[in-house]
Amino acid sequence: MLDTTYNVETPEGIDLRAQAAGPVPRILAYGVDVFYRTLILTGLGIALAFADRAGMGLWLLCSFLLEWFYPVYFEVLRGGQTPGKKAFGLMVVNDNLTPISWGASLLRNLLRFADFLPFAYAAGVICMTLGRNFQRLGDLAAGTLVVYQQPQRSHTSLPEVSPLAPPRGLQLQDQQALVSLTERHAELSEARQCELADLLEPITGKRGRAGLDYLRAVGSWLLGGQGAGK
Amino acid sequence: MKQIDFENRYRDSWERLEQWLKAGGGADESAALDLPARYRVLCQQLAVAKERQYTNQLIDRLNQLVMAAHHRVYRQQTLRRNTWLWYLLAGFPRAVRAQIRTVWLATALFALPALVLGIGSYQNDALIYAVLSPEQVLQFESMYDPGNRVLGRERGSDSDLLMFGFYITNNIGIAFRTFAGGVLFGLGTVFFLVFNGVYLGAVFGHITRVGFVSTFYPFVIGHGAFELTAIVLAGAAGLHLGRSLVDPGHQRRQVALRRASVEAMKIMYGTFLMLVIAAFLEAFWSSSTEIAIGVKLAVGALLWLLVFAYFALAGRGAAHLEQAAHLEQVPHLEQAAHSGSGVRRGA
Repeated sequence: MLDTTYNVETPEGIDLRAQAAGPVPRILAYGVDVFYRTLILTGLGIALAFADRAGMGLWLLCSFLLEWFYPVYFEVLRGGQTPGKKAFGLMVVNDNLTPISWGASLLRNLLRFADFLPFAYAAGVICMTLGRNFQRLGDLAAGTLVVYQQPQRSHTSLPEVSPLAPPRGLQLQDQQALVSLTERHAELSEARQCELADLLEPITGKRGRAGLDYLRAVGSWLLGGQGAGK
Repeated sequence: MKQIDFENRYRDSWERLEQWLKAGGGADESAALDLPARYRVLCQQLAVAKERQYTNQLIDRLNQLVMAAHHRVYRQQTLRRNTWLWYLLAGFPRAVRAQIRTVWLATALFALPALVLGIGSYQNDALIYAVLSPEQVLQFESMYDPGNRVLGRERGSDSDLLMFGFYITNNIGIAFRTFAGGVLFGLGTVFFLVFNGVYLGAVFGHITRVGFVSTFYPFVIGHGAFELTAIVLAGAAGLHLGRSLVDPGHQRRQVALRRASVEAMKIMYGTFLMLVIAAFLEAFWSSSTEIAIGVKLAVGALLWLLVFAYFALAGRGAAHLEQAAHLEQVPHLEQAAHSGSGVRRGA
């Protein structure tokens, strides 16, 4: 399948899945971080202006810390998310999908400079688009990865239909198709679902709403619903 | 078993685990739970769900839960408390000695251009202007003119702080860039080392030529012990990264880079510390005019000696500690090996 899924096999013998994040959301997230950093520096600049030269020294110190260690702080202590990444639902993880460690975070942010060369993160973006998992140079060296944080999904409800036993000889693939149609009843529009159900008219002999209800009933049965309701 | 029965049977335990993870899993929770055991059971349930071709939604949910638990179980923690102390006393100099050939190469890349330009601009009055603009030359000259008894500029303690901020930002930035350039097949590191060597050599040669020796050398000798060494070490770390890309040996380039970067970072932590020390010295000690020149030179020479002795001798007798250090490295290396074999693309 041509997608950005990233699989890791754990020692327990199961596959963990994550979606690698591409250049565009990462650039946007970076933009947000730059905005916050500028805001902090401007605020500090105004506050420290009263302290004259000593204030200037402190300001330089802060700008140094913000430039190199702002991402490190958030990546290690705030679950892999700088404020910008949080805004776009991204997080940094080690490439075995464990939380990023100090060493890896420091390294990927030190190498940020190489990614920046020759201007405006050109090297980083080129490296990202050439690789399979959108890793910039710093990610490659540190063995890290930016993935989408999976949104907490609310528990799914099934449509209100009483389950019906399916006809005989329904193949596994067909069963899965019906089950996922049933499960996604809230995500697709009613009209589209009817349209999909109509494709099966030659087999079910039902059109429109009736056909859809029949398919849902079968799907619900396949999921384990019995008799009257769940 | 139908999916709904499966879900009904385990839903409670999933929800409990979810809550526990969300609460941060504090040890004081009344619902203290055996995470590894729970995690293994959960993995088994996910595997069963996949094998039985349950729906994507259930598998996604379990996958998510497994991942959250996985994060908790495999969080990398340093078990030893006094790692930092060990690193300072033995780990850092040992890491440097392990890369000694790269360190010499970086030294050569830095010192040779400095030497050439130094001698050149000592002999030739015009050579400095090939490197610096006339305004910069004037600025340097006025900074170290023995005529004014203040080094740099009129300074109180507040401007010491200003200069400290400036040195931190500037010098550590240079060292970090020198290191980062290494990932571009070492070219960036070579560039920064040579560039800084040329710049420094030109200034040294020129200042010596105009005869401001009595102010310039006492000023630079103290912090130079830390600063120049640190720049060279950052360069060595960068070159090590670059070498792993140019000549990865029997490994894939990416794996070679990962392994090299583990070694390089061991040098970089110490380099960072040295640069902070250098900035302190430069801002608060080197610039002081109260201290006699003889004292400054003596202390500076002592610092150089100290730095070299540290790298040459510290941690040599620490073979028994080495094992402990290796234990720490294991998770990292395993990770590198793991990424080589265990990771694959979506089916």
